[in-house]
Amino acid sequence: MYTTDLSRVGKSGLEAPARVEPAALLEKFEARVAADDFIEPKDWMPEAYRRTLIRQISQHAHSEIVGMLPEGNWISRAPSLRRKAVLLAKVQDEAGHGLYLYCAAETLGASRDEMTEALLAGRAKYSTIFNYPTLTWADMGAIGWLVDGAAIMNQVPLQRTSYGPYARAMVRICKEESFHQRQGYEIMMAMCAGSPAQKRMAQDALDRWWAPALMMFGPPDENSPNTAQSIRWRIKRETNDELRQRFVDATVPQAQALGLTIPDPDLRWNEAKGGYDFGALDWEEFYAVVRGEGQVAKERMEARRKAWEDGAWVRDAAIAHSAKRAKAAEAA
Amino acid sequence: MSPIARYALRLGDDALILGQRLGEWTGHAPSLELDLALANFALDLIGQATYLLGQAAAEEGKGRDGDSLAFHRDVFDFCNCLMVEQPNGDFARTIARQMLFSTFQNAFYEALSGLTASPLAPLAQKAKKETAYHARFAQDWVVRLGDGTPESAARMAEGLAWHWRFVDELFEMDGLEQDLCAAGLAVDKAKLRPAFDARVAEVLAQAKVQAPAAHRPVSGGRKGNHSEHLGHLLAQMQFLPRAYPGAVW
Repeated sequence: MYTTDLSRVGKSGLEAPARVEPAALLEKFEARVAADDFIEPKDWMPEAYRRTLIRQISQHAHSEIVGMLPEGNWISRAPSLRRKAVLLAKVQDEAGHGLYLYCAAETLGASRDEMTEALLAGRAKYSTIFNYPTLTWADMGAIGWLVDGAAIMNQVPLQRTSYGPYARAMVRICKEESFHQRQGYEIMMAMCAGSPAQKRMAQDALDRWWAPALMMFGPPDENSPNTAQSIRWRIKRETNDELRQRFVDATVPQAQALGLTIPDPDLRWNEAKGGYDFGALDWEEFYAVVRGEGQVAKERMEARRKAWEDGAWVRDAAIAHSAKRAKAAEAA
Repeated sequence: MSPIARYALRLGDDALILGQRLGEWTGHAPSLELDLALANFALDLIGQATYLLGQAAAEEGKGRDGDSLAFHRDVFDFCNCLMVEQPNGDFARTIARQMLFSTFQNAFYEALSGLTASPLAPLAQKAKKETAYHARFAQDWVVRLGDGTPESAARMAEGLAWHWRFVDELFEMDGLEQDLCAAGLAVDKAKLRPAFDARVAEVLAQAKVQAPAAHRPVSGGRKGNHSEHLGHLLAQMQFLPRAYPGAVW
């Protein structure tokens, strides 16, 4: 899944004051990025680029990990053996995405433990979308369809992002995300073709997830001050509003095919722009969720903290055991 | 149900219930790598259960399918062994269960895969490879935790002590299995015991953990006499199909 760049509202604990970069190196770097070259871990890069990437990649990794929780909530209640296996596989993919992304961020000099601690201390952000609760089985469909759908819109351009390890991680992640979106849509199809109770459940899920999914693209362009620099550095390739528009245009016909109603009275086709006009989003809610005031933000953080704290003795044991073995091998 | 259907049901219930338990770890494991591994084992087990319950339903021939067996039976009709339904506890207790059960299950599927007359032999071919990895992984973790820190050693010992009373049930042979065994359709589990005991003793020695004190065997799962835990597991697992009868998901 995906995280928006939340730097406007939350400073990562990994940030430090700006510094003056050597002009010649900077010029060469900018030229390479402008020519769509990949920057690799050992290449020179401006400190601000490195920090922005650590922030963005670690936010993305945290989003994958926290994102396991809302869907993990339904693994034990999946309604058939097939659905259970598919959901398990999907949530497992998210753990895998988290792992490659942490590894990509590690190539920039941030350790996984340090990033995890920043998340648990509330210094690092994750996607706002995971602070909404999953109430019914239809939420598994809506998350796959809308949340993973929005993630794909955001992530496809990142396969060409300027930082090599991030771009390569995104290639694999995007393949898996497109499977996730299809499985979500398939859940919705089954429910919409089912009983009135199932269809009601599907509509309810769309009603609750539509606006939060649109907000996943981040604030409107006029309030997204880092966008210009990120686009110049090829860390981002399209603006929040461009991506949001594309998502709406792709998703409305999918909802129609399901026989569901998009919960937006202002939604209408605009022939002149060749896209849909849609209603204003509640950005106050978005910023509140970013501040950690989402409906289930406390539950999400508590679950992550508990896993981390309860697992400490296991991680310590693994380290102690491997030290003992190394010592024994040395003595032998 | 025919004897072979009942046999498939036993194996399927073992896989289903343990898969359900392991799935509870998803998102909450001590590290990302362990989260991936436990979800993987859960997936293998749910896959085995899907095949086995499907076979049991097909053999029965009464129009039920694997899902109706999984989601529309009550506690006393489940015939899994008691070990797999035990709550996860801490990671050491989960690993103790996995080491004991997968070591058994791997030997079992090795033997079943050689019974060419059995309709379950093709599944056993696949499952023996999956369970070989589960067993190795869990054995390695027993060693790591047993010979890690004083805290991990104590937790490992407690985890083993929790499950020790359920080991004998894994090897029990009742009339159903004896008859199938005589016809070359079931594994003689008693024959697997010496190698199991030797392997477990080897793992515990490497882990520097003492075997738990002997405990009177607790069993009954194959006959539907379960622990209190299974009812809660089923209440959660079966909620949707029970709340919306006839719905297709």
